[in-house]
Amino acid sequence: MALSSNATREVVISVDDLTKAFGQNEVLKGITTNIHRGEVVCVIGPSGSGKSTFLRCLNLLEQPTSGTVVVDGVEVTDPDCDIDKVRADMGMVFQQFNLFPHLSVLENCTVGQLMVRKRDKGDAEKRARTNLERVGLLDKEAAFPGQLSGGQQQRVAIARALSMEPKLMLFDEPTSALDPELVGDVLSVMRKLASEGMTMFVVTHEMAFAREVADRVIFMDGGYIVEEGHPDAVIGNPQHQRTKTFLQRVLDPTKVGQIGGEDEAYAERHAGEEGADGEGLPPTGLSTDTRHGGGGVAG
Amino acid sequence: MSTVTQDPPTKPRLSPRKRAQRMRWAQYLVLAIVAVVAISVADWGQIQKVFFRGDMIRETFAQGLPTAFKNTIIYTLGAFVLGLIWGTVLALMRLSSVAPYRWLATIYIEFFRGLPAIVVFIAFGLLPLAFPGLVIPFDPYGTVWIALGLVGAAYMAETIRAGIQAVPKGQVEAARSLGMPSGVATRKIVLPQAFRIITPPLTNELILLVKDSSLVYILGLSRTAFELTKYGRDIANTNANLTPLVIAGFCYLLITLPLSMVVRRMEARQKKER
Repeated sequence: MALSSNATREVVISVDDLTKAFGQNEVLKGITTNIHRGEVVCVIGPSGSGKSTFLRCLNLLEQPTSGTVVVDGVEVTDPDCDIDKVRADMGMVFQQFNLFPHLSVLENCTVGQLMVRKRDKGDAEKRARTNLERVGLLDKEAAFPGQLSGGQQQRVAIARALSMEPKLMLFDEPTSALDPELVGDVLSVMRKLASEGMTMFVVTHEMAFAREVADRVIFMDGGYIVEEGHPDAVIGNPQHQRTKTFLQRVLDPTKVGQIGGEDEAYAERHAGEEGADGEGLPPTGLSTDTRHGGGGVAG
Repeated sequence: MSTVTQDPPTKPRLSPRKRAQRMRWAQYLVLAIVAVVAISVADWGQIQKVFFRGDMIRETFAQGLPTAFKNTIIYTLGAFVLGLIWGTVLALMRLSSVAPYRWLATIYIEFFRGLPAIVVFIAFGLLPLAFPGLVIPFDPYGTVWIALGLVGAAYMAETIRAGIQAVPKGQVEAARSLGMPSGVATRKIVLPQAFRIITPPLTNELILLVKDSSLVYILGLSRTAFELTKYGRDIANTNANLTPLVIAGFCYLLITLPLSMVVRRMEARQKKER
């Protein structure tokens, strides 16, 4: 899905020298990058590299320590900025789904529209249903999150974000909390979203997904962007030693000599990726949820 | 004397199950003995005359038991609603990012939880001394609601705070990410979940209030404003007979036992959902 050069495309998020410290612990040490309209950016890197913090700084779930973040011309790091308005235009998908358990699937997708977009109920429900259909869960609109499998919950979370009609979507490790066999459904929803031209910023461990769907891959380590570029370059032919080491651990954990706790974690994650990708879901992949059944219990 | 230190192998020891069975029989036996002694020693005629006298039962009903029953419920419910609202405010103050709000709420909660409710009621009875011309609306109900509500709120505030803190942080993050302002996120997402979590302990709070409403007698109310305890005690005193109090007691159980049952069922369901 290689696209023409970014120079011609409008910048949606501009990040300049972003740092974030939790007390003495410096997690981001100066991040500078741009995200363009319609671009799919995947951020990869070892745990603790600051990638989730980076994403959460974009919609101010974490308050940056210094630097600027400009979203669609609005500087969100400016104390006078109306962050609620900016957030309404940025869909966010969490690792732990964070669906509202006291609301039905449909209400999860309408509550933001009603309270923030001030749409009337009929309109909000119509849009919610459209988006539930996009993620293949229209038949679950009356269910409550606790009755859905993890994969279904995450797809509802995506529908909830889409119902706000955001200009871009942030995904914070959207498949990391899922059982391996449920990963594929979520990824295929995201793949479809990317092909529809949604601007996406995805923190992920799914290398195959990053390679296939991303326009650009950012490799982070130790609070810095170590390497970024086309996925074939970063994943296929990494230039930096740290990138090479990381990818080797993730993509081929059996060849790593010393097995520490970290390596085992990577190995497990990688096993999940293999399982999911091995299913070979069709590009739409949305009608397959019955396979995993409603019987699945939420994680 | 030198004897064998080991148990003789010929005498079989009781298996644990057999031993448990014998223990059970022993306990039944003790129970039966106590019952027999109680039945033979007590003067049942006298007990019945003091606690369950037929004409006193009729008398208690006739003098306005339904009104007293109704008053107990009105006092309790009004105080509960008031305590719930005020308790929610206190809980939010306790969690406020403005330190003086936290201090005030903490002081209030510790103060009213540390006092016997009866002291608060006595103080309330004397309140006009401090504020001459003070008029509390819906008298006498208003006074009772406020006195009982102020105490109840202190207890409920801590329960509600625990409930709010039990809602995962990700819920607020998800709500804020949709663009909800903090107040909307609290109202639409956090509080509904918090109250779902704390419905059982709050119902227990309600049960406590039902019983605490008996302290209202301190306020020196008129006959039509009597609740169950005062009502029963009045008739019991004039007739030197405990039957009216027994009936009042049964009335309390009529309210509290179903509530306890509801709490138990809710707790069981929450456990299952988890």
